[in-house]
Amino acid sequence: MLYAILCYASEDVVSSWTKEQDDAVMGKLAAVQEKYAKAGKLGPVARLLPTTAATTLRRVKGESLVIDGPFAETKEQFLGFYTVDCADLEEAVQFARELSDVNPSGGSYEIRPVGVLNPVKATI
Amino acid sequence: MTDPAWISSALNAARPQAMGALLRYFRDLDTAEEAFQDACLRALKNWPQNGPPRDPAAWLIFVGRNSGIDAVRKRSRQTAMPDEDQISDLEDVEGDIADRLDGAHYRDDILRLLFVCCHPDLPATQQIALALRIVSGLSVKQIARAFLVGESAMEQRITRAKARIANAGVPFETPGPVERSERLAAVAAMLYLVFNEGYSTTTGEAAARAPLCDEAIRLARLLLRLFQTEPEIMGLTALMLLQHARVPARFDADGEIVLLEDQDRRLWSRKMIDEGLALVDKALRHRKPGPYQVQAAIAALHARAARAEDTDGQEIELLYGMLERMQPSPVVTLNRAVAVAKVRGPEAALVLIEPLEDRLSGYFHFFGLKGGLLMQLGRSQEARTAFDQAIALANTTAEAAHIRQHIDRLTKEADAHRVRHSAVPH
Repeated sequence: MLYAILCYASEDVVSSWTKEQDDAVMGKLAAVQEKYAKAGKLGPVARLLPTTAATTLRRVKGESLVIDGPFAETKEQFLGFYTVDCADLEEAVQFARELSDVNPSGGSYEIRPVGVLNPVKATI
Repeated sequence: MTDPAWISSALNAARPQAMGALLRYFRDLDTAEEAFQDACLRALKNWPQNGPPRDPAAWLIFVGRNSGIDAVRKRSRQTAMPDEDQISDLEDVEGDIADRLDGAHYRDDILRLLFVCCHPDLPATQQIALALRIVSGLSVKQIARAFLVGESAMEQRITRAKARIANAGVPFETPGPVERSERLAAVAAMLYLVFNEGYSTTTGEAAARAPLCDEAIRLARLLLRLFQTEPEIMGLTALMLLQHARVPARFDADGEIVLLEDQDRRLWSRKMIDEGLALVDKALRHRKPGPYQVQAAIAALHARAARAEDTDGQEIELLYGMLERMQPSPVVTLNRAVAVAKVRGPEAALVLIEPLEDRLSGYFHFFGLKGGLLMQLGRSQEARTAFDQAIALANTTAEAAHIRQHIDRLTKEADAHRVRHSAVPH
């Protein structure tokens, strides 16, 4: 079974870390990842840019609406994700719009730039 | 999270929200600060034993409020402080407080906290010092170091600034939409001042001043999280990120200034550039341009160019023209002239800056640019005069050294010219 592990924490706290503290955390996390990577179990790993860089595409009365900021509703749940290489936000929004157009769930798509992406270390 | 260094970063993270709420509650900066300090001391004692609370800001507000009330009571009636145990267990109340701290409320708290530092009576340096002390919680010693002044001088500066604010009165009513956007504009300007105070530096001072840039960016991100749909706040945050990204390339090994076009772009911080570009993209979608967005868009054009010669000079000239119409100022025109020189040559740029000389007669960059343009046109004598004026106005030794290089080049060229001409018989 392939699992997605999603990371949640307070952005206020994480962004208050000094570079040294941040590097120390990333170093420890990398060591944990390394173990699973060596065993051929690890897929791509991403660290996302701050939520302030996020945009959300929401479906309102059949129309897709682009709004600033991350997805913040609690009535909907996190169900899946894509990674896509786009020239700019416009193109990423277009991709999300196309997904939304054919998705009858009426859900939302958060468009969030990826800061760090470690390549795939397993054949998944 | 029980390590003091991690607790201290959690306290820093919670500070703007907690201080903002305590200021609303006590309506007095000193009382709010003392209450927050007291709450932090208790956190340092309590958190390692009981584990960190789920919502540190709510914990600090609750404990700080109790401690502030006690302090006020103690001053007025000399009654004893309650036992520490009474407020040590907060698990039950925490959630309750968190619920009451709804988004809109604490948004105005933080905005107010930032806004009190922007009082128009306060000179820029006092605004910056106060914001760093009150909002960021930097120590007087750290701030003094960043400003390159003595600790007691900085202490005095902050005390004076606080006294001015106390006399002026802090606006506590919930702001209306117009007031809110005015406050936001004032706060944005103040954050950019903090950033520039850290950014205008030389190598020797860079280490001491870098925290100012980091702090300005952290507060801008915080502000943007509270006002997610404000394109100018996106622009401001992007502008600071895109400029700060270049810091590792701004000085060479000898501490000399490296001009943007000569910088090693591999040294630029990719992470900050990515975040900055994402914010520029977001802001532009609003089609509500403002000065920060335009400046960020200019910085974005530089960041997007893989090599200096790939920079879209025409677009930069256009954007500076736009900025000039929004915020007419001789300095903006001077910046446009730099772009004009690249796109249309030094002659056109010189025509553009000549009328500015009266107003920029005390400005280092004016004479630096003028000298550079004259040098390109082969008008060595005039270039030399302009460079001499620039050196007399240099703000840092690095600036002066940079101009001196040009003068050396002019001198060498003149010598070579003399040698060439004397060697060839007419």
